[in-house]
Amino acid sequence: MIVNLDQFIEAERPKWERLDKILNRLANDPWRKLPLEEVREMEHLYQRASADLARLATFSAEPETRAYLENLVARGYAEIHGGAGGRSVAHWRPGKWFSVTLPGVFRKRIRAFWFALALMLGGAVFGGFAVALDPEAKQVLMPFSHLLGDPAERVAKEEAGADYNRLDGSKGTFAGYLMTHNIRVTLLVMALGMTWGAGTLVLLFYNGVILGAVVADYVLAGQTTFLFGWLLPHGMIEIPAILVGGQAGFVLAGALIGRGQNKGLAMRLRAAAPDVVTLCAGAALMLVWAGVVEAFISQYHAPVLPYWIKIAFGVIEGAVLLWYFGFCGRKREGDENQ
Amino acid sequence: MSGANGIERLDTIRVRTPEGAVFSHRLASPVMRMLALLADWMIVSAGWGIVSVAISLLALVSVDAMRAVSVIGYFVVSQGYSIFFEWRWRGLTPGKRMLRLRVIDERGLRLSLWQVVLRNLLRAIDALPLGYFAGGATALLSRRCQRLGDLAAGTLVIWEAPEPAPDPALLGSEKYNTLRGHAPVVARLRQAVSPGEARVAWLALARRDKLDDAARVELFADLADHFKSLTDFPEGVTDGVSNEQFVRNVVDVLFVERRSSGAAR
Repeated sequence: MIVNLDQFIEAERPKWERLDKILNRLANDPWRKLPLEEVREMEHLYQRASADLARLATFSAEPETRAYLENLVARGYAEIHGGAGGRSVAHWRPGKWFSVTLPGVFRKRIRAFWFALALMLGGAVFGGFAVALDPEAKQVLMPFSHLLGDPAERVAKEEAGADYNRLDGSKGTFAGYLMTHNIRVTLLVMALGMTWGAGTLVLLFYNGVILGAVVADYVLAGQTTFLFGWLLPHGMIEIPAILVGGQAGFVLAGALIGRGQNKGLAMRLRAAAPDVVTLCAGAALMLVWAGVVEAFISQYHAPVLPYWIKIAFGVIEGAVLLWYFGFCGRKREGDENQ
Repeated sequence: MSGANGIERLDTIRVRTPEGAVFSHRLASPVMRMLALLADWMIVSAGWGIVSVAISLLALVSVDAMRAVSVIGYFVVSQGYSIFFEWRWRGLTPGKRMLRLRVIDERGLRLSLWQVVLRNLLRAIDALPLGYFAGGATALLSRRCQRLGDLAAGTLVIWEAPEPAPDPALLGSEKYNTLRGHAPVVARLRQAVSPGEARVAWLALARRDKLDDAARVELFADLADHFKSLTDFPEGVTDGVSNEQFVRNVVDVLFVERRSSGAAR
């Protein structure tokens, strides 16, 4: 048995309490940066508390002190061995994240994006052919009732201005609904990556089927210009955003499956998780923009808003998006890697 | 602990530090976690009810703006509540704090922001199809009681017992110990009392104020009888000493060596 327990506690207790105080101060302020002297003191006190704990570990009759010390050492261990990443939010620069990190992660994980795109295109081809070959399939495939009617009738109605005022006084609400609904769907597409990617795969294919069905329906009805003018302004951002969500889901699934990786599951997930979060945040930002555009621009048609303006707007958005994900931050990324 | 499904579930996880110290965390049960979730949900609902009243004032300017702020605000609050608190409070939310639960990194390291964000974003799948069924089932089947979000983010939820600083006055070392003047008795006690018995006596002293009066008297009578049965005590050592004080004296000589017998340091 240990000897002089009360002397031991009495001698060490002030140091434990000092460590406790430093750790509490850090816990109360995640952004706090300790001065060098205090860091050194904390490390010294942590080493000492660790030694005390090791000494007490052989002593089964003192559970309270041991539990107290375990708690103290656990907290000290998290701070001292936590690594720079733990407090990275203090050094987080939104500008750098947007201009370098997000496009860099997108390019790093581009294979998952191509896979998501291929799935959605596959679904679109299936949906398009389904509607082209069997117009009755529209009843099953279209998710919204306003898409079930004849495209030509809808275009005539929209261009006659009958529905121009339907969103008056509720555009903000509509934009808010679109943003939150689409972000929820995109997060679900990502989260379903935890089903080894099966859920992500199904959702992306299903969204492709709907898109393909709508496109085929309007093109076959000779309403291609209206279709592009209606879909491009918001779809040019919204659809890639869902694909980025799918990309995040497949990155997660890739870490779960671990094909061709010589790391354990926990290590693979740990390596993939920051990229998954980055891609999700990027997709959410894109969907905020898409929601505003859909509510305030996409719902207006010629003659109020000429189609060529809407199509040009969508094309410009697409070009900017292509440049952003393809080239933005490439130079700075390269400089940092060297 | 081995579940009926054959999966060996753990109650605690142990971490060995490079310094050679070993500490453990007690894992929170799925039921405790569900209660914390419920508490957080009630807090969000109540908080949002109050915020909604303030937002409704926007209707004086624009009903559309009021509705838009309401839709977006609820989404941000419901998604961001846990992320904000778990990051700002180091793995705690108000609900978890009430139930003494905390989210930690599974290696015992500091939680990083991406871990907090990912485990909360994955509630989208843990909540499927209804009422956190997927998350609850995964936690029940997981060795370390992790839902899908925890598995992906490498996090655990632990139960933290309050750990007050040890009190060296527990033994009442300033009091005169009648055993201190009898070295052979002390030596015999140290030989005969097992570490487990000593621990029970120490815990009884540490928790004496939490016991009912009757239970306290009975417990210390049993302990005193047991220690008295281990060796013969000279006259005067136990006379006029209550059972609790006698146990205190025994624990004192078991754990503490004085510079001179019978004297407080």
